[in-house]
Amino acid sequence: MFHTILFYSFAFVMFGAAIGVVFSRNPVHSVMFLVLTFFQAAVLWLLAEAEFLAIVLVLVYVGAVMVLFLFVVMMLEVNIEAAKRGLTRFAPLGIGIALLMVIQLIQLIWLRSQGFAGTDGFAATPEGYSNTKALGAVLYTEHVYAFEIAAVILLLAIVAAITLTMRKRPGIKTQDIAKQVAVRAKDRVRIVKMESEERQ
Amino acid sequence: MIGLEHYLTVAAMLFVLSIAGIIINRRNLIILLMCIELMLLAVNFNFIAFSRYLGDETGQVFVFFILTVAAAEAAIGLAILVVLFRNRRSIAVQELNTLKG
Repeated sequence: MFHTILFYSFAFVMFGAAIGVVFSRNPVHSVMFLVLTFFQAAVLWLLAEAEFLAIVLVLVYVGAVMVLFLFVVMMLEVNIEAAKRGLTRFAPLGIGIALLMVIQLIQLIWLRSQGFAGTDGFAATPEGYSNTKALGAVLYTEHVYAFEIAAVILLLAIVAAITLTMRKRPGIKTQDIAKQVAVRAKDRVRIVKMESEERQ
Repeated sequence: MIGLEHYLTVAAMLFVLSIAGIIINRRNLIILLMCIELMLLAVNFNFIAFSRYLGDETGQVFVFFILTVAAAEAAIGLAILVVLFRNRRSIAVQELNTLKG
């Protein structure tokens, strides 16, 4: 019973925060609501006993990705944009389609789960079960190839982000190492041969 | 008791809300990126719920990879956004019509 109350309260806050992400006028408020959404989602994952992923969601998402979002939102000074935001003319259509989809999805989920056995809660994990240990045992054996690909994807993201945002500003004094190494004495020093003048 | 269908319902509501957000907020590119993050979160909910329901950790491994790819996607997307803002002084989607001809 306590579990149920916890689930509904956190799910309710999460949904409210998600509505805040979509409808708030200021992008900074949207990012803050998104942080709240991710945090509630992490608690819901904890309730589903997926502890490792819940902590990863808080550390990686709230700690890194959302801070990145916040940086960019505050750097771009889009407050000028925020004033004239507001609903587009597609808003009624979008909300209508969304309502239709959510009704159909929920109907489908609840109708299909009627005849299922064991839909009353997840099965209890055995004594001494460690989510992190079980996940690691699968991750580093069966899925080690995908794990390496994920590492390469992260490297790619680093390289892509740096190359995209790096720029050469004109008029800045920087060293050009290749030029410095390739320089010869005759480029720098001009030797002038001239007759010595007579003593007067 | 909270089970599979509760988690699936929450995920479906979150997913549909983020779709509505993409249709509604067609002006601000940052909000669109955030809506995509919300969608990925909803998908992760489904993976975790089914992983617990079937007693198979593979679903949670997939969530791990989705989180990785989403982080990379957010980093590259925000980098593109910064470059775009530097060149155009605006991130309104309506003004990005250079390819329109």
